[in-house]
Amino acid sequence: MELTTVWFGLIAVLWAGYFLLEGFDFGVGILLPVLGRDDRERRLLINTIGPVWDGNEVWLLVAGGATFAAFPEWYATLFSGFYLPLLIILVALIVRGVAFEYRGKRDHAAWKRRWDYCIIGGSLVPALLWGVAFGNIVRGVRLDADHEYVGGFFDLLNPYALLGGLTTLTLFTLHGGVFLALKTGGEMRERAGRLAAVLAVPAVVVAAGFLLWTAIAHPDTGGRLLSGIAALALVGAAVATRLRREGWAFVASGATIVLATFALFVTLFPDVMPSTIDPAYSLTTTNAASTPYTLGVMTWVAVAFTPIVLVYQGWTYWVFRKRLTVEHIPVAPALAGETG
Amino acid sequence: MDALDLARWQFGIITVYHFIFVPITIGMSVLVASLQTAWVRTGKEHYLRATKFWGKLFLINFAMGVVTGIVQEFQFGMNWSDYSRFVGDIFGAPLAIEGLLAFFLESTFLGLWIFGWDRLPKRLHLATIWIAAIGTMLSAYFILAANSWMQHPVGYEINTETGRAELNSIGAVLTNSTTLVTFPHTITACFLTAGAVLLAVSAWHLRKRHQEDVFRPSLKLGAWVVLVAGVGVMITGDLQARIMTEQQPMKMAAAEALYETSEPASFSLFTIGSLDGREEVASVRIPGVLSFMATGSPSGTVEGINNLQQEYAEKYGPGDYVPYVPITYWSFRLMIGFGLLAMLVAAAALWAVRGGRTPTSRWLWYSAVATIFMPLLSNSFGWIFTEMGRQPWTVFGVFKTFESGSPSVSTAEAATSLIVLTLLYGVLAVVEVGLFLKYAGAGAPELPPPPDLEDADRPLAFAY
Ligand code: HDD
Ligand code: HEM
Ligand code: HEM
Repeated sequence: MELTTVWFGLIAVLWAGYFLLEGFDFGVGILLPVLGRDDRERRLLINTIGPVWDGNEVWLLVAGGATFAAFPEWYATLFSGFYLPLLIILVALIVRGVAFEYRGKRDHAAWKRRWDYCIIGGSLVPALLWGVAFGNIVRGVRLDADHEYVGGFFDLLNPYALLGGLTTLTLFTLHGGVFLALKTGGEMRERAGRLAAVLAVPAVVVAAGFLLWTAIAHPDTGGRLLSGIAALALVGAAVATRLRREGWAFVASGATIVLATFALFVTLFPDVMPSTIDPAYSLTTTNAASTPYTLGVMTWVAVAFTPIVLVYQGWTYWVFRKRLTVEHIPVAPALAGETG
Repeated sequence: MDALDLARWQFGIITVYHFIFVPITIGMSVLVASLQTAWVRTGKEHYLRATKFWGKLFLINFAMGVVTGIVQEFQFGMNWSDYSRFVGDIFGAPLAIEGLLAFFLESTFLGLWIFGWDRLPKRLHLATIWIAAIGTMLSAYFILAANSWMQHPVGYEINTETGRAELNSIGAVLTNSTTLVTFPHTITACFLTAGAVLLAVSAWHLRKRHQEDVFRPSLKLGAWVVLVAGVGVMITGDLQARIMTEQQPMKMAAAEALYETSEPASFSLFTIGSLDGREEVASVRIPGVLSFMATGSPSGTVEGINNLQQEYAEKYGPGDYVPYVPITYWSFRLMIGFGLLAMLVAAAALWAVRGGRTPTSRWLWYSAVATIFMPLLSNSFGWIFTEMGRQPWTVFGVFKTFESGSPSVSTAEAATSLIVLTLLYGVLAVVEVGLFLKYAGAGAPELPPPPDLEDADRPLAFAY
């Protein structure tokens, strides 16, 4: 296989990993006001992702870095073209990250409430906008002969891309609910399980609609096949949440996210950013790529270090595998008298 | 102002801001790990209390380093897309490797450290903070390799067909002579910064004889780190100055506002230039020192701005190759000056508290508390010097700043981004300083009673 194809695949894996992992911590953030009825419950929810959210976010950073190294033209066109949406995502990720660390550092209701808004908005906005971005990538955007984006901000808000946004939003919210049913105990587990069963309904409707639209618009066998399996996995997730098979539900909602991401990438291939002005202007895995030497070096690095990363990230999940209940949350928040 | 100017302002502001938190993270992770090691080795309680106290300040700072880093990763594509296209083959590689090798390590192991206090065996828990500390240094190495390539491009050739720079030796990029001196200089500067944090906060408490068992050793540790790291910073800075003179002679000439080639060259303590920085009006100088700094010999030749401008114009075509001299000149001096000042205060503080003394001089305590700002200023000026002194190039001798921007980004978009991020960073600065003061002022925690490890449902030792 061509190295350019390998790297296209690796970047698909990085985005899929990012959506799989940060997907549920976005979901937890979105569900904060719904499931967290008082401060202690909200802290319970935040602590389910406490040790892992930053590691999950690094998947995004590596996806960005890998795109820069392997497909510089793609990195340049994508991020300068989607300038304002990306700025909004960055602002959301910034306030969200700070909120996790700082929320418990003062014992004031108003202080906590403000950080709660940051967590909720900071999770909801990227969950929506990543879908809009990927919808546009698959649909194609106005690229000129120099591969520069010449469309405007509002061109990005077309129905197909917006439906893509709703898809990631509903999927991540469901994924978060399923995760909470798996990670918490006691009453919270019950409530999260019931809520996840409800959330599965809009997720199935929206995601099926989006995948169907994609399949009709792009006659691509591989993409259609993956979309079909993703849809099945999603139905499986819906059924498993109803049956309260929490482990299976999580596997299925995770599989949905991964398969749907792959479906989009397979549909896109061999383009990385199609042009709607003239197909000749499209960025492809070949005309956007680095040289074979750079790709070769990066392949060795990826082969050597990705397994190590997977092992220790997996180990963190193992260390913090226990279900959390409100009883685990110390009454006094992490104020001056406490651990750091 | 056009989009490019705005992008330059944004890059400067956003990166200097990132680099306020980064050195504290790099230096403090090692100091906190050392304190925790001392606790694990000796079992002495005040070491544990110190670990938790400094650990908390470290984490308040770390959060800001992380979130400001996210912007860095994306802003090359957003504001510098032509630059990204031109250098992606080379510059992208260290950035991606940094993510894979360093960011994963840092974020995962710090998560384990923060939440693992009673979930991991003592020694394994200690290992997590050391691994995170190693992660921060790896991170610094790869990003500095990327930056050094811009100062001194190696291991590449220009593809005449596509007009892009292409990597031909990753080994050359990772062992760039510039990286090899930049890394130790930056890392020692990070230790100096963290030492100053310890010194300043400890002085605040010792002044009131508060928790002497924790803050007297911390003050001494901080002051010694400032002194030792300070010597390291000077030695490595001197090496860097020589490499820089060789590779970017114009930067050295601009750092000194040296207009005419001199042999030997004197070091200017103070120079007044004409308003556009193109001519010297008056100056106070130490003979021979600049020659020594630049070449290692007190009588070496140092080239001046005017001669270099002529040389560059012949080599690279007509154009203006002189960076803005007042900035390079003053930022270079302020970097060195604030570092020396911090060392001076550290030495004075060590002398004053010798043999268990606690002096009452207010001036001493206030200046010790003020040391916290000095290395932060040195760091910022150092980078401003490095980056502005390279102008008009983004990649020295190869690619110019005016060619680097994003053609598809409008002035309005660039302005929005600059304004939004600057305001957001301003608000976050207020929040973080507030928290830092609150927790620094609260002093080291009393230890909670040891948890009942048999009880599987015991509350978490740490929770958000
Ligand atoms: C606490 C901070 C600090 C202190 C006290 C110093 N420096 Fe520094 N210096 C830095 C922090 C720094 C820095 C922020 O870390 C820089 C910016 C880029 C770099 O590599 O390090 C830097 C850059 C930098 C450069 C520019 C390299 C280039 O552009 O290629 C030179 C020549 C020196 N330094 C030399 C010195 C000397 C001779 C010093 C004292 C005698 C000194 N620095 C003290
Ligand atoms: C963390 C410390 C750093 C600081 C404080 C810093 C500061 C600056 C400043 C002030 C500028 C603007 C110069 C101008 O007026 O054009 C600049 C430009 C730039 N720097 Fe740095 N920089 C840092 C590190 C880096 C690193 C590590 C890289 C690369 C990985 C880098 C890449 C660039 C680029 C691409 C530009 C834009 C082009 C230009 O205007 O020269 N910088 N930086
Ligand atoms: C312009 C170039 C830079 C880019 C693209 C960049 C990127 C990033 C990113 C994405 C993060 C967040 C990682 C996470 O989520 O855990 C980060 C944090 C960090 N960066 Fe930077 N950075 C730059 C400049 C620098 C420089 C010059 C240094 C050191 C010499 C540095 C050292 C660090 C360290 C140690 C951290 C982790 C600690 C902390 O967050 O405080 N960075 N950086």
